[in-house]
Amino acid sequence: MQKIMVCIKRVVDYNVRIRVKPDGSGVMLEGVKMSVNPFDEIALEEALRIKERGTNAEVVAVSIGIAEAQQQLRTALAMGADRAILVQTDQPVEPLAAAQVFLAIAKKENPDLILLGKQAIDDDANQTGQMLAALWERPQATFASKVEIAAGKVTVTREVDAGLETIEVDLPAVISVDLRLNEPRYVKLPDIMKAKKKPLEVTSMAALGVSTGQWLTTVKTEPPAQRQKGVMVKDVAELVDVLKKKGVI
Amino acid sequence: MHKILILGEHDGKTLNPATPKCITCAGKIADAEITVAVFGADTAAVATQAAAVLGVTRVLRIDRPENAHPLAAILAPQAAALAADFTHVFGPSTSFGKDLTPRVAALLGVPQISDLMAVESAYRFRRPIYANNAIITVEADPARKLVATIRVASFEAAQNGGAAGIDSKSLAVTLPTHTRYVGARSGSTDRPDLQTAARVVSGGRALGSAENFKLLYSFADKIGAAVGASRAAVDAGYAANEMQVGQTGKIISPELYIAIGISGAIQHLTGIKDARTIVAINKDSEAPIFEVADIGLVGDLFQIVPEFERLVGS
Repeated sequence: MQKIMVCIKRVVDYNVRIRVKPDGSGVMLEGVKMSVNPFDEIALEEALRIKERGTNAEVVAVSIGIAEAQQQLRTALAMGADRAILVQTDQPVEPLAAAQVFLAIAKKENPDLILLGKQAIDDDANQTGQMLAALWERPQATFASKVEIAAGKVTVTREVDAGLETIEVDLPAVISVDLRLNEPRYVKLPDIMKAKKKPLEVTSMAALGVSTGQWLTTVKTEPPAQRQKGVMVKDVAELVDVLKKKGVI
Repeated sequence: MHKILILGEHDGKTLNPATPKCITCAGKIADAEITVAVFGADTAAVATQAAAVLGVTRVLRIDRPENAHPLAAILAPQAAALAADFTHVFGPSTSFGKDLTPRVAALLGVPQISDLMAVESAYRFRRPIYANNAIITVEADPARKLVATIRVASFEAAQNGGAAGIDSKSLAVTLPTHTRYVGARSGSTDRPDLQTAARVVSGGRALGSAENFKLLYSFADKIGAAVGASRAAVDAGYAANEMQVGQTGKIISPELYIAIGISGAIQHLTGIKDARTIVAINKDSEAPIFEVADIGLVGDLFQIVPEFERLVGS
């Protein structure tokens, strides 16, 4: 295991309450706190643990997005990534486009392993890892809750609807991580200072020779339908009575 | 004519209820001809079940030993080869469909629309983003194949009563050997499947221990319900991972959802918004769960649940 690539997305912080713009043109993003996608943070933590377990692999954090995404890459460097690459673009990046860009980086960097979150908490698409694996013609292990590296292969326990599934894939491979793989470390102040000196390369799709597209058009954004507040009952007898009247029990 | 290919989900014996839900969704597209593909080592039984679902025109069996387990890397090239004859490819928004469908889309060189929750036309759909805090209407180019996963909680299952033809397909596709199935551990229970159960009883951190969850199991068995849990309860080790209901767990739409000792974090509410009737039992009258519950009861769950179990059968 020589090199691990970790994909990092800049997203609205998970604590921010999302509000839809009154004109339906999107959600309000002005002045809201931005963070590393929490699932990508788990992916990075796993990469760092693999490194620290003695493989001493180089950990490269890669992001696609606006110039400010450098902040999230600096966080990744402060957590322990060795270097970072930002593919800078002002355009919205659909998952297929992200996969195409990450493919270009993978072909250049030749990582043994690519780790990323199973989904980003903004578009909730859950596609990029699978698409990247397909385009790279390599195995995928999605929704990982346990990752065990051996010579030339990796055994991954996956969270599936029925419980847990274990698969074995040859390296290089793409692993998308689930919530319970690990608990990411806190970043300490000296690490933030050190991260400022680590290399962060800014490149572009043109420089990588990637031309991607935008295939889907979002025509409208609306708030979800709200459930109406119901009734309060005073005791179990009344509860059972109401449920029986509704015919649900 | 819109020719829709549905990637059928099954465990080798039984068609997963997510598939009839995808069929309902596909049926909302005007002038649709619906084909269900089932991949497996021997799909005779599940193909027969898929053929019996109303709305299905044809079932394609793709039987080969490599298909014994639904590995995305193995199935995707076969699904992509099949897709040549279709305008749309749909998979369910289950762990099976989320794993497989984007890999198929990428092989076809087209985008995917995830978690499709409503059909406006053959190329215009609605889907949730930001953990269901916003709903977007998305339009795709009709010149391209449309690939989507279907948010199963948004659609009723299509009924039985059909008699579609069943064809066996052999595809000249070379399959990779880089991905191998090792094994599975399912939290197998005799209770209904959480994702498709008509009734669900869920517990939160207030249960206090895995031992106390037995209270819920007993009650659930009395009313024929599946048992779920909040993320806090799963994180605390009171319940198994696959029981988690919410944004990062299962998104469900039962007829009756009973939330016991669950405060109602946004990420949990995301998973239950489509339930027909929500009952909340919590000792804290200010708990956010009461904002979405149809019926709320404030009190001590350790007294309420046993009494509920006793009275419900009387």
